Amino acid sequence: MEMREIRKFNGDEAARPASKSKQQQLLRTFVYVFLVIGSFIMIVPFVWMIVTSFKPLDEINTYPPSFFIRKPTLAAYIELFSIIPMGRYFMNSLIVTSAITLANIFFCSLAGYAFAKHRFFGRDKLFLLLVGSMMIPWQVNLIPSFVIIKKFGWLNSFAGLIIPAMSGAFGIFLMRQFIMNIPDDLIDAAKIDGCSEFTIYRRVILPLIQPALASLAIFTFMGQWNNFVWPLVVIYSSKMRTIPLALSVLNGQFGTNFAMVMAGAVIATLPVLIVFVAFQKYFIKGIALTGLKA
Amino acid sequence: MNYALKEFNKQKASYMFIAPSFLIFTVFLIIPVFASLYWSFTEYNILQPPKFVGFQNYADILFHDPRFWKAMTNTVIFVVGTVPTSIAVSLLLAMAIDQNIKLKNWFKTFFFIPSITSIIAISVIWKWLYASGKYGLFNHFLSSIGIPPVNWLGIDLTLPSIIVMSVWGGLGYNMILFLAGLQGIPQVFYEAAEVDGASDWDKFRNVTLPLLRPTMLFVTIMSIISAFQVFEQVYIMTYNSEGAVGGTLDCALTIVAYLYETGFQRFAMGYASALAYLIFFVLFIVTIINMKIVEKKIEY
Repeated sequence: MEMREIRKFNGDEAARPASKSKQQQLLRTFVYVFLVIGSFIMIVPFVWMIVTSFKPLDEINTYPPSFFIRKPTLAAYIELFSIIPMGRYFMNSLIVTSAITLANIFFCSLAGYAFAKHRFFGRDKLFLLLVGSMMIPWQVNLIPSFVIIKKFGWLNSFAGLIIPAMSGAFGIFLMRQFIMNIPDDLIDAAKIDGCSEFTIYRRVILPLIQPALASLAIFTFMGQWNNFVWPLVVIYSSKMRTIPLALSVLNGQFGTNFAMVMAGAVIATLPVLIVFVAFQKYFIKGIALTGLKA
Repeated sequence: MNYALKEFNKQKASYMFIAPSFLIFTVFLIIPVFASLYWSFTEYNILQPPKFVGFQNYADILFHDPRFWKAMTNTVIFVVGTVPTSIAVSLLLAMAIDQNIKLKNWFKTFFFIPSITSIIAISVIWKWLYASGKYGLFNHFLSSIGIPPVNWLGIDLTLPSIIVMSVWGGLGYNMILFLAGLQGIPQVFYEAAEVDGASDWDKFRNVTLPLLRPTMLFVTIMSIISAFQVFEQVYIMTYNSEGAVGGTLDCALTIVAYLYETGFQRFAMGYASALAYLIFFVLFIVTIINMKIVEKKIEY
């Protein structure tokens, strides 16, 4: 205390950077400790999921619980695919998610192009309507959408799962923002060459917006793979379940067989994890740019 | 004439381009928004045509439905329990990662993994962590420091347990948004502050926080909106063999869980539609209030 006072009084400049860097170093150490502990807390539940899924039942029920597996086994996975049709559920999810993703890439970019580069009657009003609709919470249209699907006879079908999600306000918005940055000259040049509107979209626009398409594809894929509420209300037969729905039923029916439920959680997590690791760059950039929640 | 025809053709192409999207948009959003507004004034069970009852549903919900108020209270507790904590911790994380540190991308990935994982998977994993008795990992941890096992998913603790899990699950997403906000702050401001002899705390208070306000507004509004709509976690954590959602004595019944039960288990579609519009109304007000607060604070 006294030393510091004196230093201050003397205006000892030499001492300041030294103490500053020491303080900085302390802060740095603190930052690392904070991040390492934080990462640990993030990872442990997933490690526990994986460990549990490979444990034989008697090891799950031994005390104390351990991260070490004495006799690793695939029993839970074998059970998962034999007691319930997990393979079928996986295919259901894959079909629904892929179809929705492809449809979104196509329809959103098409509409986004029209909104960005075309002039047509009612354009700005329609776009405003579209953007405004993003404010509406999904609970408001859940019930009528369900009733409409029922009227169409699409309950418990791929059509019911896929068609309502084939395009979205957010995707159109994202595409429009991106396409607006493409210089008009490129489009005009194509027009002079006699290209039709669709050819311009296909040959000029699509190749130029590939990064945006990749972002949209990844968001859509992840969001749909994890989608729960819509399948929950639309699907009623066990054959048509998607992975999240299957996992929730697994939790209800085999809730005490933790190895099996955790194996299910691994199956549910793996595809999005792979997509995420492969396309991390697009994904995190996309979120930072748009604030979209997957 | 030729010109007009050409113009029309050009417009035709535009309408063709937006047609698929607007077809879906109209059938599954525009029509439903008006349909549920109308149904909220009716008694409707899908099998019989809706019967107009005026403001009956709204009056019943607001004045004669203790379960609605229980759900509302739980939802508000959930929002208050998750949003401020999540924002504070994720801002800290973002600032920590924004320092020039090693393994930056690894840390980012670790914190982000829960955000890409299905909330159903997260919920079943945490249900196992919370397992009662000595086999649950949390209870084992407690007993190893001499605290007796706790019934994490009992009447008193279900909602707090779901809150803890949800904060954990949402950190990474908010962190990425804050990180983007932080990286948008020009370095010159910090340098200027340093020249003026500002401490780290001064820099945080007078440079980082004010310049982060747009991000803060966005994160706050989005967090409140999504927390208010919490459903999946509640569904998994409180699901019982009778298919009821919300837990014993509605201890963790949230407003969307209540809507789900009303609409899709009791098929009281009119009543559920009124609930949906009340949710819409609350979220609308929350957004307006948030924007007003921020407007007021940006004065300098």
